Amino acid sequence: MLHIKCPYCGMRSQNEFAYGGDASVKRPELNKETTDSEWDSFVYLRKSLRGKHLELWHHISGCRQWFKVQRDTATHEIFKTLKPSEDI
Amino acid sequence: MSQDFRLDKIGLINRDKKISFKFNGKSYFGYEGDTLASALIANGVHLVGRSFKYHRPRGFFGAGVDEPYAIVQLYRNNETDPNVRATEQELFEGLEATSVNCWPSVNFDIGAINNFLNKFFPAGFYYKTFMWPKSFWYKVYEPFIRKAAGFGVASIKHDQERYEHKYEYCDLLITGSGPSGLASAYAAAINGARVILAEDKPRFGGSLLTSEVNIGNQSGKEWAEKIITELKGMPNVIVKNRAQVFGYYDHNMLVMSERINDHLPKSKKYSPKQRLWYIRAKEVVISSGSIERPLVFGNNDTPGVVLSSAAKEYLKVYGVLVGRNPLIFTNNDSAYETAIEFKKNGIWPIVLDTRSNPESEIIDEAKRMGIDIKFSYVVIAAKGYKKVKSAEIAKISEDKKDLGKIENLNCDCICVSGFWTPTIHLASQSGNKTKFNKEIDAFVPNQPKQEETTVGSANGVFNLEETLKKSFEVGHKLSKKITNKDNKVSVPQVVEKKTTQHDKFWCVPLPKGKKYKRFLDFQNDVAVTDIELALREGYRSIEHVKRYTTLGMATDQGKTSNLNGLQLVSNVENKIVPEVGHTTFRPPYTPVTIGAIVGREVGKHSKPTRKSPMHLWHEKNNAVFVDAGVWLRPRYYKRSNETLFEASKREATNVRKNVGVCDVTTLGKIDIKGPDAAELLNRVYTNAWLKLPVGKARYGAMLREDGIVMDDGTTTRILENHYHMTTTTAQAANVLSHLEYYLQVVWPELNVNVVSTTEQWAGAAIAGPKSRDVLQKLFPDINVSNEDLPFMGYIESNLFGVHARIFRISFSGELAYEVNVESDNGNFMWEKIMEIGKEFEIQPYGTEALSTLRIEMGHVAGSELDGRTIPYDNSLEGMVSKKKDFIGKRSLNREAFIAKDRQKVVGVVPLDKKTSIPEGSHLVKDANAKLPNPKLGHISASCWSVEYNNPFSLAILHDGKNMIGEKLFALSPLKNKSIAVEIVSSHYVDPKGERVRS
Repeated sequence: MLHIKCPYCGMRSQNEFAYGGDASVKRPELNKETTDSEWDSFVYLRKSLRGKHLELWHHISGCRQWFKVQRDTATHEIFKTLKPSEDI
Repeated sequence: MSQDFRLDKIGLINRDKKISFKFNGKSYFGYEGDTLASALIANGVHLVGRSFKYHRPRGFFGAGVDEPYAIVQLYRNNETDPNVRATEQELFEGLEATSVNCWPSVNFDIGAINNFLNKFFPAGFYYKTFMWPKSFWYKVYEPFIRKAAGFGVASIKHDQERYEHKYEYCDLLITGSGPSGLASAYAAAINGARVILAEDKPRFGGSLLTSEVNIGNQSGKEWAEKIITELKGMPNVIVKNRAQVFGYYDHNMLVMSERINDHLPKSKKYSPKQRLWYIRAKEVVISSGSIERPLVFGNNDTPGVVLSSAAKEYLKVYGVLVGRNPLIFTNNDSAYETAIEFKKNGIWPIVLDTRSNPESEIIDEAKRMGIDIKFSYVVIAAKGYKKVKSAEIAKISEDKKDLGKIENLNCDCICVSGFWTPTIHLASQSGNKTKFNKEIDAFVPNQPKQEETTVGSANGVFNLEETLKKSFEVGHKLSKKITNKDNKVSVPQVVEKKTTQHDKFWCVPLPKGKKYKRFLDFQNDVAVTDIELALREGYRSIEHVKRYTTLGMATDQGKTSNLNGLQLVSNVENKIVPEVGHTTFRPPYTPVTIGAIVGREVGKHSKPTRKSPMHLWHEKNNAVFVDAGVWLRPRYYKRSNETLFEASKREATNVRKNVGVCDVTTLGKIDIKGPDAAELLNRVYTNAWLKLPVGKARYGAMLREDGIVMDDGTTTRILENHYHMTTTTAQAANVLSHLEYYLQVVWPELNVNVVSTTEQWAGAAIAGPKSRDVLQKLFPDINVSNEDLPFMGYIESNLFGVHARIFRISFSGELAYEVNVESDNGNFMWEKIMEIGKEFEIQPYGTEALSTLRIEMGHVAGSELDGRTIPYDNSLEGMVSKKKDFIGKRSLNREAFIAKDRQKVVGVVPLDKKTSIPEGSHLVKDANAKLPNPKLGHISASCWSVEYNNPFSLAILHDGKNMIGEKLFALSPLKNKSIAVEIVSSHYVDPKGERVRS
């Protein structure tokens, strides 16, 4: 079970959190023209990386805040956790 | 009954307390402190089971966790546990156990015929034989195999015992209380670290309980006792016996199973049977010791062939002799300790040593004591079927290839020692890439992946002085890192006998013309020939060999068999062991009961039951409940002998005719506040929200980014910047997460707060032509006419002194209102509605009538919004804004979504107007077409239309828009039904929606 540092609450066990997918994906702005392929890659295309990955987690049984986790998908090592507004 | 194999003056058992027990129906007795195994051996019982494949007689091989054979069915306090290791089960008064994997009895086992047919049961036998004919698999082969194979039987009764989970944090977790564990725990504890020391056996001390060593002028056992007593008295230390750390997981979390009451006839009051500990440790010291390796020779699975270390443990801990005429067969020095122990207790052992002329202190002592030692000798085969009667032995040449003349030697047990295998399971589970240590012919931990350090014989160090020195160091160093303290303890003086090199020889060749089976894996009946066959058939990877032959599988997980299997593969393949590698060690190290894994999450604790504040009223009024997510909702209110069908029809009819009331507390509710609340709703829902006035509600559907409908419901503007959103019961939690995601991650600039208020409000839907009359009497202070409270209107008032929110919204399609009050007042509200509604013939209605009402109105719900449909499919195109952007809008342009023949929700009526269509039925053109019959759509929801008094269903149909009026068939192979149907509009009743506005 992973040990994750919520940027708001501190170290907690994985069972308090829900995984929320790739954090590097940016939603296209509202009311902006997007090509089919741009929209397609936003909705569907995800890399299944081995190694460092920036992902979203939701502290669903805690403070209910979403945040970013930089994690190695092969070793599960967590390098850093950040608020959604922060960048690596 | 006398105990022929119990000695008087040796052992740690309590001879003042006799304990009686039964094995296979026969009564015996043992003493407090015995295991089931030691007590049986004391009584001369060596036949305890039958082997897995060949049903060969099985006795005892080890004395603890390493035991591959002695697995029994245990009976305790009117319950039964399968697959309990007799070597680990402590004796208690009234214990009963039986053998497993034998029928009709352990002495006469019909399956043993497999032993004589064994040439038909080679490696991969199941894969090769039971392949065809295909239909035979589940009718003939599988039931037969399941009956003939397998171990114990699980109880089918509800387990009355309690199991608990506990979370714990510590600085150092130390797994094993042998010399290395004690030393590192002590050093760390003295240095101020928070320590957990776990020992899987009842007694602490590990090898110190049975070895003849001296530490700081005390015996090893006395030193261990002193250290444990001190540790127990320290506030920063938790010491647990009967506790197995079985799994090493990510981020230094380990799981330990503690057997709290298994050694007692009955669990103590208020005490769980077992407790599972989730331990997050800053550092882990693996001091799990090592397990003796067997030597491989003919019939080496015969009862009476035991590990030499086990023989010593039975003697020194339990005062029990595994035999009175022992033969000891070894390739190293440690078996001499067993020989000396036998001799000290008046038994004359014979030692066969594969080495030609080894010299060491301990061998000298054995010689001095007059023990008969034959060097360069091997056991070729054990003789005897249910117990060893003699052994065929022979001299072996220096190159270990040629055997001398076979001699027969009488003996009643053979104690084998093929050197030691470090227990590296935990280190390997943690991700440690182990390395092969040629000196000890075994794998040892290498570079740690997590914060783990392995010490003592688990690390391949078999010398006590070095072990203690290193372990004190490790305990000090690791604790210093955490506590920043520097309190050191001095390493005590150690006196132990020096040993010499072991012999790398481990597998005795077969003499010409002999076909003895030589077993590698005792639990799974894997013999040398099986591995050789697998290799001949082309299996190369050790992982494949394992699966093909079952080497190292099942409850034993190869504790005694692993390395010999690897040695054999490398010999045949002419490789060295490190190239072959070992199979992956996976948790759990020892079997864990399902009860312990589940813990307290059983019955009602596994899934909380949510009840509305009106639940008691429903109960008192004969409600029959149904699970709706985690909620319990009234399905219908039963009157006398009514069936579900009759009751729901009565309730729905009454709504259409008079007025009904339904508990809608379970709907998800989200309170939304902030200056940008309208903007959030405008982005989340498909329709426009910016112009919704205060005091008005609006229906909305929200999509996922891929265009699929996620949820629907109404949202009401309570104040300028305050909204009340409702969601479906099932999606309440997901919708909240969805909103939080967009507010926190995507559009943090929006100034909005959302919070779930599902449990804060109790809700009642009052529906039917007479609902306005009921409402007016409930709220005499306000005017509820169609002009003052129009459709989709909202007003607040007080219900006999209780604040209430009134929404004019309708799911039933009738004139209807939903009244919300704070949950605590829910029951008050409900009783008032029933009281006042009486004169209007009000009746409560359940979810079944609710479904009927919405289906015949063509209102979509969860069965249509099934995660696969878009707004257009559900006839919600009028709600999709063309002007503004919203979540998922861009996806609605996808080719498939705008296809002319896109699926759509339609109504379905059987031609005979009588036959109800099962939900899930497929709609097809031709009922008798060849399979697979092309499917045009499926029935999503069915009801009995109370308006027209005939069955009516909703369906999601390909090209539904153009299918109205078509005749199709609804096929349900499950219910064996084929029904001719006509496709009609989904809005079966009141298509113009006049009633809700009336």
